[in-house]
Amino acid sequence: MENLGYLFAAYSIIFVVIFLYVVFIWRRQAALDAELRTLEARMAALTDETAASTSGDSQSDA
Amino acid sequence: MNSFAIRNGLGYVTLALMIAALFMVFDYVPPEAEQGIAQLIFYFHVPLAWVAFASFGIVAIAGIFYLWLGDQLWDDLGYAAAETGMVFCTLMIVAGSIWAKPIWGTWWTWDSRLTTTFILWLMYVGYLMLRASADDTPQVARFGAVIGIVAALDVPIVIASVRLWRTIHPAVLVTKQGGHGLEDPRMVATLLVCLAAFTAFWAWLLMLRFSQLRTRTRLGALAVRIAFADAALSDSK
Repeated sequence: MENLGYLFAAYSIIFVVIFLYVVFIWRRQAALDAELRTLEARMAALTDETAASTSGDSQSDA
Repeated sequence: MNSFAIRNGLGYVTLALMIAALFMVFDYVPPEAEQGIAQLIFYFHVPLAWVAFASFGIVAIAGIFYLWLGDQLWDDLGYAAAETGMVFCTLMIVAGSIWAKPIWGTWWTWDSRLTTTFILWLMYVGYLMLRASADDTPQVARFGAVIGIVAALDVPIVIASVRLWRTIHPAVLVTKQGGHGLEDPRMVATLLVCLAAFTAFWAWLLMLRFSQLRTRTRLGALAVRIAFADAALSDSK
Protein backbone atom coordinates (compact mmCIF):
# COMPACT_ATOMS: atom_id res chain seq x y z
CA MET A 1 0.00 0.00 0.00
CA GLU A 2 2.96 2.28 -0.61
CA ASN A 3 1.93 5.63 -2.12
CA LEU A 4 -1.67 5.29 -0.95
CA GLY A 5 -1.49 8.88 0.30
CA TYR A 6 -0.73 10.16 -3.21
CA LEU A 7 -3.62 8.17 -4.66
CA PHE A 8 -5.97 9.47 -1.97
CA ALA A 9 -4.77 13.06 -2.49
CA ALA A 10 -5.23 12.93 -6.27
CA TYR A 11 -8.77 11.55 -6.18
CA SER A 12 -9.81 13.81 -3.27
CA ILE A 13 -8.59 16.95 -5.03
CA ILE A 14 -10.37 15.95 -8.26
CA PHE A 15 -13.71 15.42 -6.50
CA VAL A 16 -13.42 18.49 -4.24
CA VAL A 17 -12.64 20.81 -7.18
CA ILE A 18 -15.44 19.30 -9.27
CA PHE A 19 -17.83 19.73 -6.33
CA LEU A 20 -16.76 23.39 -5.95
CA TYR A 21 -17.30 24.00 -9.67
CA VAL A 22 -20.81 22.50 -9.48
CA VAL A 23 -21.53 24.76 -6.46
CA PHE A 24 -20.28 27.74 -8.51
CA ILE A 25 -22.65 26.81 -11.35
CA TRP A 26 -25.50 26.38 -8.88
CA ARG A 27 -24.88 29.86 -7.40
CA ARG A 28 -24.74 31.39 -10.89
CA GLN A 29 -28.13 29.80 -11.56
CA ALA A 30 -29.55 31.34 -8.36
CA ALA A 31 -28.20 34.76 -9.43
CA LEU A 32 -29.79 34.37 -12.87
CA ASP A 33 -33.13 33.40 -11.29
CA ALA A 34 -32.98 36.52 -9.08
CA GLU A 35 -32.18 38.71 -12.11
CA LEU A 36 -35.11 37.19 -13.98
CA ARG A 37 -37.49 37.90 -11.06
CA THR A 38 -36.29 41.53 -10.91
CA LEU A 39 -36.87 41.99 -14.64
CA GLU A 40 -40.29 40.35 -14.45
CA ALA A 41 -41.30 42.70 -11.63
CA ARG A 42 -40.03 45.74 -13.57
CA MET A 43 -41.87 44.52 -16.67
CA ALA A 44 -45.12 44.15 -14.72
CA ALA A 45 -44.72 47.64 -13.24
CA LEU A 46 -44.05 49.08 -16.71
CA THR A 47 -47.14 47.36 -18.11
CA ASP A 48 -49.27 48.82 -15.28
CA GLU A 49 -47.80 52.31 -15.79
CA THR A 50 -48.41 52.12 -19.57
CA ALA A 51 -52.02 50.99 -19.01
CA ALA A 52 -52.62 53.79 -16.49
CA SER A 53 -51.08 56.37 -18.81
CA THR A 54 -53.17 55.16 -21.79
CA SER A 55 -56.44 55.26 -19.78
CA GLY A 56 -55.51 58.76 -18.49
CA ASP A 57 -54.99 59.98 -22.07
CA SER A 58 -58.33 58.58 -23.27
CA GLN A 59 -60.20 60.19 -20.33
CA SER A 60 -58.68 63.61 -21.04
CA ASP A 61 -59.58 63.26 -24.76
CA ALA A 62 -63.23 62.56 -23.78
CA MET B 1 -37.38 15.71 -25.81
CA ASN B 2 -36.29 19.16 -24.62
CA SER B 3 -32.78 20.15 -23.57
CA PHE B 4 -33.75 20.10 -19.88
CA ALA B 5 -34.76 16.41 -20.12
CA ILE B 6 -31.57 15.57 -22.05
CA ARG B 7 -29.48 17.32 -19.40
CA ASN B 8 -31.24 15.50 -16.57
CA GLY B 9 -30.82 12.14 -18.33
CA LEU B 10 -27.16 12.88 -18.92
CA GLY B 11 -26.78 13.71 -15.22
CA TYR B 12 -28.06 10.27 -14.22
CA VAL B 13 -25.89 8.54 -16.85
CA THR B 14 -22.86 10.45 -15.51
CA LEU B 15 -23.61 9.40 -11.94
CA ALA B 16 -23.94 5.71 -12.90
CA LEU B 17 -20.76 5.78 -15.02
CA MET B 18 -18.78 7.60 -12.32
CA ILE B 19 -19.76 5.01 -9.69
CA ALA B 20 -18.78 2.21 -12.12
CA ALA B 21 -15.47 3.99 -12.85
CA LEU B 22 -14.61 4.31 -9.16
CA PHE B 23 -15.51 0.68 -8.54
CA MET B 24 -13.28 -0.45 -11.42
CA VAL B 25 -10.34 1.74 -10.36
CA PHE B 26 -10.39 0.70 -6.69
CA ASP B 27 -11.68 -2.87 -6.83
CA TYR B 28 -11.33 -4.34 -10.32
CA VAL B 29 -8.22 -3.27 -12.17
CA PRO B 30 -4.81 -4.63 -11.09
CA PRO B 31 -2.12 -2.03 -10.34
CA GLU B 32 0.74 -1.83 -12.81
CA ALA B 33 3.71 -4.00 -11.79
CA GLU B 34 6.43 -1.32 -11.55
CA GLN B 35 4.49 1.76 -10.44
CA GLY B 36 2.16 0.04 -7.98
CA ILE B 37 -0.88 1.80 -6.58
CA ALA B 38 0.15 5.29 -7.77
CA GLN B 39 -0.52 4.15 -11.34
CA LEU B 40 -4.26 4.16 -10.53
CA ILE B 41 -4.14 7.98 -10.85
CA PHE B 42 -3.68 7.39 -14.60
CA TYR B 43 -7.34 6.24 -14.96
CA PHE B 44 -8.60 9.74 -14.11
CA HIS B 45 -5.59 11.69 -15.44
CA VAL B 46 -6.09 10.54 -19.06
CA PRO B 47 -9.88 11.21 -19.17
CA LEU B 48 -9.27 14.66 -17.63
CA ALA B 49 -6.80 15.38 -20.44
CA TRP B 50 -9.26 14.12 -23.06
CA VAL B 51 -12.16 16.33 -21.89
CA ALA B 52 -9.85 19.34 -21.47
CA PHE B 53 -8.59 18.97 -25.06
CA ALA B 54 -12.13 18.40 -26.35
CA SER B 55 -13.21 21.61 -24.58
CA PHE B 56 -10.40 23.60 -26.14
CA GLY B 57 -11.30 22.16 -29.55
CA ILE B 58 -14.84 23.45 -29.05
CA VAL B 59 -13.49 26.86 -28.00
CA ALA B 60 -11.59 27.04 -31.30
CA ILE B 61 -14.54 25.88 -33.44
CA ALA B 62 -16.90 28.28 -31.64
CA GLY B 63 -14.33 31.07 -32.09
CA ILE B 64 -14.12 30.47 -35.84
CA PHE B 65 -17.92 30.51 -36.16
CA TYR B 66 -18.17 33.65 -34.00
CA LEU B 67 -15.63 35.51 -36.15
CA TRP B 68 -17.41 34.30 -39.30
CA LEU B 69 -21.07 34.78 -38.34
CA GLY B 70 -20.89 37.20 -35.39
CA ASP B 71 -23.67 35.32 -33.58
CA GLN B 72 -23.53 35.66 -29.78
CA LEU B 73 -24.49 31.98 -29.47
CA TRP B 74 -20.99 30.94 -30.60
CA ASP B 75 -19.34 33.27 -28.12
CA ASP B 76 -21.43 31.82 -25.29
CA LEU B 77 -20.49 28.28 -26.38
CA GLY B 78 -16.78 29.19 -26.56
CA TYR B 79 -16.85 30.83 -23.13
CA ALA B 80 -18.63 27.83 -21.55
CA ALA B 81 -16.18 25.39 -23.16
CA ALA B 82 -13.14 27.44 -22.08
CA GLU B 83 -14.35 27.52 -18.49
CA THR B 84 -15.07 23.78 -18.24
CA GLY B 85 -11.84 23.06 -20.14
CA MET B 86 -9.84 25.09 -17.61
CA VAL B 87 -11.34 23.16 -14.68
CA PHE B 88 -10.44 19.82 -16.27
CA CYS B 89 -7.03 20.97 -17.52
CA THR B 90 -6.09 22.22 -14.04
CA LEU B 91 -7.18 18.92 -12.50
CA MET B 92 -5.26 16.99 -15.14
CA ILE B 93 -2.05 18.91 -14.31
CA VAL B 94 -2.58 18.50 -10.54
CA ALA B 95 -3.33 14.75 -10.83
CA GLY B 96 -0.27 14.29 -13.08
CA SER B 97 1.90 16.19 -10.65
CA ILE B 98 0.74 14.03 -7.72
CA TRP B 99 1.50 10.90 -9.78
CA ALA B 100 4.94 12.29 -10.71
CA LYS B 101 6.11 12.75 -7.11
CA PRO B 102 6.34 9.03 -6.18
CA ILE B 103 7.25 7.88 -9.72
CA TRP B 104 9.72 10.55 -10.87
CA GLY B 105 10.67 11.81 -7.41
CA THR B 106 9.56 15.37 -8.22
CA TRP B 107 6.26 17.25 -8.42
CA TRP B 108 7.20 18.97 -11.67
CA THR B 109 9.87 18.95 -14.35
CA TRP B 110 10.22 21.10 -17.48
CA ASP B 111 9.69 18.12 -19.75
CA SER B 112 8.30 18.79 -23.27
CA ARG B 113 4.83 17.34 -22.50
CA LEU B 114 4.54 19.20 -19.22
CA THR B 115 5.87 22.47 -20.61
CA THR B 116 3.56 22.52 -23.64
CA THR B 117 0.61 21.64 -21.35
CA PHE B 118 1.56 24.48 -18.98
CA ILE B 119 1.67 26.90 -21.94
CA LEU B 120 -1.80 25.70 -22.98
CA TRP B 121 -3.08 26.23 -19.43
CA LEU B 122 -1.56 29.73 -19.29
CA MET B 123 -3.19 30.75 -22.59
CA TYR B 124 -6.64 29.74 -21.34
CA VAL B 125 -5.98 31.54 -18.05
CA GLY B 126 -5.42 34.61 -20.25
CA TYR B 127 -8.68 33.92 -22.10
CA LEU B 128 -10.68 33.66 -18.87
CA MET B 129 -8.97 36.72 -17.33
CA LEU B 130 -9.91 38.73 -20.41
CA ARG B 131 -13.53 37.57 -20.19
CA ALA B 132 -13.75 38.17 -16.44
CA SER B 133 -12.15 41.62 -16.42
CA ALA B 134 -13.89 43.22 -19.41
CA ASP B 135 -17.53 43.88 -20.29
CA ASP B 136 -19.28 41.53 -22.69
CA THR B 137 -18.80 43.67 -25.79
CA PRO B 138 -18.44 42.28 -29.34
CA GLN B 139 -14.82 43.52 -29.35
CA VAL B 140 -13.95 41.49 -26.23
CA ALA B 141 -15.75 38.47 -27.73
CA ARG B 142 -13.63 38.83 -30.90
CA PHE B 143 -10.40 39.04 -28.87
CA GLY B 144 -11.54 36.00 -26.91
CA ALA B 145 -12.28 34.07 -30.11
CA VAL B 146 -8.79 34.82 -31.49
CA ILE B 147 -7.08 33.81 -28.21
CA GLY B 148 -9.19 30.62 -28.08
CA ILE B 149 -8.22 29.66 -31.65
CA VAL B 150 -4.50 30.40 -31.17
CA ALA B 151 -4.41 28.55 -27.83
CA ALA B 152 -6.08 25.46 -29.33
CA LEU B 153 -3.21 25.19 -31.82
CA ASP B 154 -1.13 24.05 -28.85
CA VAL B 155 -3.34 20.95 -28.29
CA PRO B 156 -1.86 18.86 -31.17
CA ILE B 157 1.62 19.98 -30.07
CA VAL B 158 0.93 18.72 -26.52
CA ILE B 159 -0.32 15.38 -27.92
CA ALA B 160 2.63 14.97 -30.30
CA SER B 161 5.26 16.25 -27.84
CA VAL B 162 6.10 12.77 -26.53
CA ARG B 163 7.06 11.70 -30.05
CA LEU B 164 8.59 14.97 -31.27
CA TRP B 165 11.02 15.58 -28.42
CA ARG B 166 12.93 13.70 -25.76
CA THR B 167 10.67 13.27 -22.77
CA ILE B 168 10.26 11.30 -19.58
CA HIS B 169 6.47 11.43 -19.80
CA PRO B 170 5.17 7.93 -20.59
CA ALA B 171 3.44 7.37 -23.94
CA VAL B 172 0.89 4.82 -22.76
CA LEU B 173 -2.01 5.12 -25.19
CA VAL B 174 0.09 5.06 -28.37
CA THR B 175 3.63 3.90 -27.65
CA LYS B 176 6.65 4.76 -29.79
CA GLN B 177 6.71 1.15 -30.94
CA GLY B 178 3.01 1.31 -31.91
CA GLY B 179 0.10 -0.22 -30.01
CA HIS B 180 -0.78 0.68 -26.44
CA GLY B 181 1.11 0.09 -23.24
CA LEU B 182 -1.73 -1.38 -21.18
CA GLU B 183 -0.68 -4.95 -20.48
CA ASP B 184 -3.96 -6.27 -19.03
CA PRO B 185 -7.42 -6.20 -20.74
CA ARG B 186 -8.91 -5.05 -17.42
CA MET B 187 -6.76 -1.91 -17.65
CA VAL B 188 -8.20 -1.16 -21.10
CA ALA B 189 -11.78 -1.77 -19.86
CA THR B 190 -11.25 0.49 -16.83
CA LEU B 191 -9.78 3.26 -18.92
CA LEU B 192 -12.71 3.06 -21.38
CA VAL B 193 -15.28 3.28 -18.57
CA CYS B 194 -13.42 6.24 -17.01
CA LEU B 195 -13.28 7.95 -20.42
CA ALA B 196 -17.05 7.41 -20.85
CA ALA B 197 -17.77 8.72 -17.33
CA PHE B 198 -15.75 11.90 -17.84
CA THR B 199 -17.10 12.47 -21.35
CA ALA B 200 -20.69 12.27 -20.02
CA PHE B 201 -19.84 14.49 -17.05
CA TRP B 202 -18.11 17.05 -19.28
CA ALA B 203 -21.06 17.13 -21.72
CA TRP B 204 -23.45 17.63 -18.78
CA LEU B 205 -21.38 20.50 -17.33
CA LEU B 206 -20.91 22.11 -20.73
CA MET B 207 -24.65 21.99 -21.51
CA LEU B 208 -25.43 23.44 -18.10
CA ARG B 209 -22.95 26.31 -18.37
CA PHE B 210 -23.82 27.02 -22.01
CA SER B 211 -27.50 27.20 -21.14
CA GLN B 212 -26.70 29.61 -18.28
CA LEU B 213 -24.66 31.88 -20.54
CA ARG B 214 -27.48 31.87 -23.14
CA THR B 215 -29.93 32.86 -20.40
CA ARG B 216 -27.59 35.61 -19.22
CA THR B 217 -27.32 36.96 -22.78
CA ARG B 218 -31.12 36.97 -23.20
CA LEU B 219 -31.65 38.62 -19.80
CA GLY B 220 -29.12 41.31 -20.75
CA ALA B 221 -31.01 42.03 -23.97
CA LEU B 222 -34.32 42.10 -22.08
CA ALA B 223 -32.91 44.52 -19.49
CA VAL B 224 -31.87 46.91 -22.28
CA ARG B 225 -35.36 46.75 -23.84
CA ILE B 226 -36.99 47.43 -20.47
CA ALA B 227 -34.67 50.39 -19.88
CA PHE B 228 -35.65 51.83 -23.30
CA ALA B 229 -39.36 51.28 -22.57
CA ASP B 230 -38.90 52.92 -19.16
CA ALA B 231 -37.22 55.95 -20.73
CA ALA B 232 -39.91 56.25 -23.41
CA LEU B 233 -42.65 56.13 -20.79
CA SER B 234 -40.91 58.81 -18.70
CA ASP B 235 -40.62 61.08 -21.77
CA SER B 236 -44.30 60.68 -22.62
CA LYS B 237 -45.39 61.87 -19.14
